[in-house]
Amino acid sequence: MKRAFPILAVLTAILLACASYRALKIAPTDALQGDVYRIIYYHVPSAWTAFLLFFINFIASVQYLVGAKSSTRTAGNRIVMVVGVIAVILTFLPPVEHLLPAGMRPSAVATTVVLIVAFYFVIGWLFPRERLDMLAVTAAEVGVVFCSIVLVTGPIWARPVWGIWWAPGDIRLTSTLVLWLIYVSYLVLRRFSSSAQTQMLAAALAVFGALDVPLVYFSIWFFRTQHPQPVIGGGGSIDPRMLQTLLISWMAFLCFAFLLCWWRFRLEVFRRQVEEAHALESLLGAGPSTAPSLPLDRSSK
Amino acid sequence: MNAIKFLIAAYAATWLIHGGYILSLVRRFRKLEQQMKELGKENSNRRPA
Repeated sequence: MKRAFPILAVLTAILLACASYRALKIAPTDALQGDVYRIIYYHVPSAWTAFLLFFINFIASVQYLVGAKSSTRTAGNRIVMVVGVIAVILTFLPPVEHLLPAGMRPSAVATTVVLIVAFYFVIGWLFPRERLDMLAVTAAEVGVVFCSIVLVTGPIWARPVWGIWWAPGDIRLTSTLVLWLIYVSYLVLRRFSSSAQTQMLAAALAVFGALDVPLVYFSIWFFRTQHPQPVIGGGGSIDPRMLQTLLISWMAFLCFAFLLCWWRFRLEVFRRQVEEAHALESLLGAGPSTAPSLPLDRSSK
Repeated sequence: MNAIKFLIAAYAATWLIHGGYILSLVRRFRKLEQQMKELGKENSNRRPA
C-alpha cells in the first residue's frame, strides 16, 4: 500500500496537468463571458468533490451512530433498505415524476438512490466503527478545503461576470456559505472538545449538516437565483469539448481529493496512536509519583 | 485582459489553498513524529538498568 501512494500521486499530477492544459488551451472560449469562464474547470469540480466528501462524512457518521449496538446497527440497515426501496418506487410514480426538475429523469434519480444505499453498506462493510469516525473527520476536513475553493473562486468569477463579488440573500451562495460554516464548526468541535462524547456529538452534527448539501445542490433548480442554472442534467446545452474538459477536471480533482484523504486518514491513525502512547506513558509515569509513601518508592526515603 | 487577471487569481487561489493544506498536513505529521520520538526517549530513560 505504501508503494501505491507515490504511484497514485504521479498519476494524479499528470491528470491535473492534463486537465489544466485542456481547461486553458483545448476548451473553446465562451461566446458571452470570454476566457474568464474557464474558472468553471476549477470551481465546479471543487464543488462536486466537496459535496461527495460531505456525503461520505454523512454516511460514516450515520454508520458510527447506529453502530454503537448491534441492535441499532441492524435496525439502521433495515431502515436504509426500506427507505431506498420506497424512494426507488416513488420516483416512477407520475405525481412524483412531475415534481422532478426539468431534465431530471426518474431512472437517473432511482439509480442515484440505489448507489447511495449500496455506498452506505460498502462503507459499513469496509470500515470498523472506530475507523468510521476517522473516515468522517477525514472527509469533513478535505471537504472544507474544497468548499473553501468554491467560496473563493466563486466571487472571483462573479466580479467580472455579474459586476459584484457576492449577491447577498442569494440562496445558492448563502446555503454554500452556511454549509462551509457547519463543517468548520464540526472540525472546531472535534479539535477543541475533550469530552468522551465528542465523537457522538460530532457525528450527530454531521448528520444535520449534511441536510444542507441537497439544499445547496437543488437551490438553483427550485429557486430563482443569481447563480446560473445547471448545464449538465438541467436541460441546458454545453459544447462537447467543454463537457469533456469539465469531466476530466473532476476526475483529476477526485484523484487529488482521494490522495489528500488517504494522507489525512493516515495522520488521524497516527494521531490516535500517539494519544494512546501518551495515555500509556502517563499511566506508567503516574505510578511512583502518586504513591510517594509506598515502601517500594525509594525516592521518598 | 482584465478578465485574464481574474482567471489567474482563481487558479492561483485554488493552488494556494491546496498548498496551504498540504503544508499543514506535513507540519502535523512532523509534530506527531516528534512527540513519538520524545515518548520513546522517556520510555528508554525510565527502564531500569
